[in-house]
Amino acid sequence: MKSEDFFAAGYNGRLIVVEGCDGSGKSTQLYLLKCWLEYQNYPVFFTEWNSSKLVRSYTKKAKKENMLTPTTFSLMHSSDFADRYEKMILPHLRAGYIVLADRYTYTAFARDVARECDYEWVRNVYSFAMRPHLTFYFKVPIDVALERITAARNMIKYHEAGMDLELSNDPVESFRLFQGRVKKEYDRMSSKEDFVVMDGTESIEEQQQIMRRIVTNKVLLNFNSNIYEEFLSKVKEISG
Amino acid sequence: MGKLSFYGQGIPNVKEVDYTGKLIVIEGADCSGRSTQVTLLRQWLEKEGHAVSDAGLRRSNLVGDAIQEAKKGNILGKKTLSLLYATDFADQLENKILPALKAGFIVLSDRYIFTLMARDAVRRASSKWLKKLFGFAPVPDMVFYLQVDPQVLLYRSFETYGTLDYWESGMDICLSGDMFESFQIYQSLLAKQLDIMAKEYDFILLDGHENPEAVQDRIREKILSIK
Repeated sequence: MKSEDFFAAGYNGRLIVVEGCDGSGKSTQLYLLKCWLEYQNYPVFFTEWNSSKLVRSYTKKAKKENMLTPTTFSLMHSSDFADRYEKMILPHLRAGYIVLADRYTYTAFARDVARECDYEWVRNVYSFAMRPHLTFYFKVPIDVALERITAARNMIKYHEAGMDLELSNDPVESFRLFQGRVKKEYDRMSSKEDFVVMDGTESIEEQQQIMRRIVTNKVLLNFNSNIYEEFLSKVKEISG
Repeated sequence: MGKLSFYGQGIPNVKEVDYTGKLIVIEGADCSGRSTQVTLLRQWLEKEGHAVSDAGLRRSNLVGDAIQEAKKGNILGKKTLSLLYATDFADQLENKILPALKAGFIVLSDRYIFTLMARDAVRRASSKWLKKLFGFAPVPDMVFYLQVDPQVLLYRSFETYGTLDYWESGMDICLSGDMFESFQIYQSLLAKQLDIMAKEYDFILLDGHENPEAVQDRIREKILSIK
């Protein structure tokens, strides 16, 4: 990924991303990582897919009314991403935060291509986004993901199952087919994009230990947060 | 139109069928006289017995309101704005323009991807990025471009609204703190981009300083030549 802007100003921050199918356990792991970093007084900023204040309500409505095609589905999500990227992710990176992103451009690459959008086209749309310093990919068999989702909310969402693609009238079958395609795209990116592949079937504790070790070695060793710690203690002094 | 031809990779899931309608685009700046020409053209086409459908910018059910809302706040990143407009255009294309063309309508589009590309180019988006992004747009049967001197646009803008518009003056990109000056610079930059595209995409040039009837006559003459 190229970005003209990337070289323009000081980027002292770090970008850590988690990716994987729905039900892969990535959000849980990122949450635990966030707690751990915050506990150590690192400057942390968290952002998740599809959460721009501006765009989100429109996407929600569009999904509900089934108004989206593969092209508009992709563009809507890219608008949401761009809004968060320009307003929050980039400024935090420039300010020296560790930005934790629950899904990033790779989600679009996997899902939109699974929806038959052109491979190069999707990559071009997101080419303004900087490359993460570290990307964890949580790999689980589709059946495990399916089991976790149905256990948690007893139903599969329409778009999560790729029902819009009319692969099958049965939501479970459609989920298997669609998420199978998504998984194939993730696997395809895995080595090219330097993903750290996590075995999502391991225990939560085990996975978190591995994650923390990798984050320590690859991100924290050369990350200086002294000024932030000083700033935090001043804030506490004043409010305390 | 027959089979669709696209500027780039096209649209997934668009069926290979005959599109019996025609897609006619009118490009030009704000206050260049576009809407007058579209209205006159529509009246004439309908009188001649053609079914006409219209399209434009920021009219989609999907994000038309989102763009409106965002522009009011004036805090919108460049890429966000460009992708929201692309979303808006794609939605109209797939839900309105293509179905109408399939049904044999003449679709009059009051501006098209060219205005969007020009605006983004002035905001420093690379032309490579823009061309690839809008590769899902079909090539229209005809693109008319109303050329008007920025100084004349300035007069018309004052005559019509009594004031200059924030976005039409390009105030978001800080060309000048002075809105008047910003309008002049911004509109010249836009015109320059459209002039470049005019050659590349075979626009039919119209002199927007002429009286509206004369312009309309020229448009009709051109349209008769493709029928």
